[in-house]
Amino acid sequence: MENNRKIITPGEIVIQGEEFLPGDGTRREKEDIVSSRYGLVDISEKLVRVIPLSGVYSPRRGNVIIGEVIDVLFNGWLLDFGGSGNGFLSINECPRFINKDELQDTFDFGDLIVAKIIGIKSKGIDLTVRMRGLGKLEDGMVIKVNPNKVPRVIGKEGSMVNVIKEAANCEITVGQNGLIWINAQEIKNELKAKKIIEFICDNSYTEGLTEKVKEFADKLGEES
Amino acid sequence: MTAKKESHESAYKERVDGRAFDELREIETKIGIIPNADGSAMYKSGKTIAIAAVFGPRTLHPQHMQNPQKGILRVNYDMMSFSVPDRKKPGPNRRGQEISKVIEWALSQCVILEEFPNTVVDVFIQIPQADAGTRVAGINAAAMALAHAGVPMREMASAVAVGKMDKTLVVDVCKEEEDYEEGEGATDIPVCLLSRSKKIALLQADGKISIDELKQALEMAKKACEKIHEIQLKALKEAR
Repeated sequence: MENNRKIITPGEIVIQGEEFLPGDGTRREKEDIVSSRYGLVDISEKLVRVIPLSGVYSPRRGNVIIGEVIDVLFNGWLLDFGGSGNGFLSINECPRFINKDELQDTFDFGDLIVAKIIGIKSKGIDLTVRMRGLGKLEDGMVIKVNPNKVPRVIGKEGSMVNVIKEAANCEITVGQNGLIWINAQEIKNELKAKKIIEFICDNSYTEGLTEKVKEFADKLGEES
Repeated sequence: MTAKKESHESAYKERVDGRAFDELREIETKIGIIPNADGSAMYKSGKTIAIAAVFGPRTLHPQHMQNPQKGILRVNYDMMSFSVPDRKKPGPNRRGQEISKVIEWALSQCVILEEFPNTVVDVFIQIPQADAGTRVAGINAAAMALAHAGVPMREMASAVAVGKMDKTLVVDVCKEEEDYEEGEGATDIPVCLLSRSKKIALLQADGKISIDELKQALEMAKKACEKIHEIQLKALKEAR
């Protein structure tokens, strides 16, 4: 495990051997698996990957993201979510019937929308809001974190998010692109959740993070 | 490695700052100094400081510049007005544009542009303090910043300027040496070496040099670049 989590830089040999398979952020050059990115090495059985430590969000199918409406087209909306391209949300991917002349009544410029990526093509990224928990964000606050830290904020099977939800008594939606929506009855709780998330991002990649976060949350609770 | 002695001895026997002929200036590095950029780095070699910020890959505007086969790399090199003893007029100039282009060509050898079509990676290099060798310091900073920004790269790039003072070959030229006028005068050769393939991505020469001396100079540059590459790796591995 020690050797399994070291930091690697582009052009370095991750591991040698014909039996390994190059995954994300790596490539094969004869016998060697060479890294193409700056990040942490992850070797699970035969698959070698590099987990990026920084950089812009790279979209994947099935990801839930939070985006801002930047354009209203004749058959849908264009969403900006901080990636390398914009996402297209078609009128057909809305749960109810929408008159084509009144698209702005549903989602207007500047609205923040929780959407899911259903397809990535060379032309663009297709989104949907036809699922539970997706749609326009009305109340609450949205904060931005480094998209590479999102897995830490979520934790194993959502364990970290549940800790935050419990500690701050609020609702949270984490977009894979690094935008996080927090909604609580009182602003005090929202700010508390924000502080906890910032703590997680500053202390990511430390052992036993969940316990530390719990401690931090308790300390915050005593202060207020 | 000392000077080549042919007909008569070189007039340049000792370096102005007391370094050995193949010794680099003191190097300092810092990763992530610009919080708003996707990746950033500082590279300081002696009195020369270069700051690089990387943005993207992001969608390229104007749209007609987009390439659906591969992304493009844009480098912007500029010296700050107070970086040199005589104030530099702010804004792009001929020298800056040329250096931007040269760095762009060097770095596009190591960035995998095919992975993000229709997008652009912007690299901004600023020189807050100049004491010769700014373009090589810029390349070193930019390579670290690109890695820090998570841009897919084939390998890293490291660069150094080798020079010839009269008949003596030296590594990492400083401003005083660049202005050396005795004997055959000064020759300045910036070299950029790629870390894995050991290819030369940038080679310029300003002054006179014989083929044999150039070969020798390139050997010295390669050794120096490998040292710089190690410093770059160390900086990236220690950054969190």
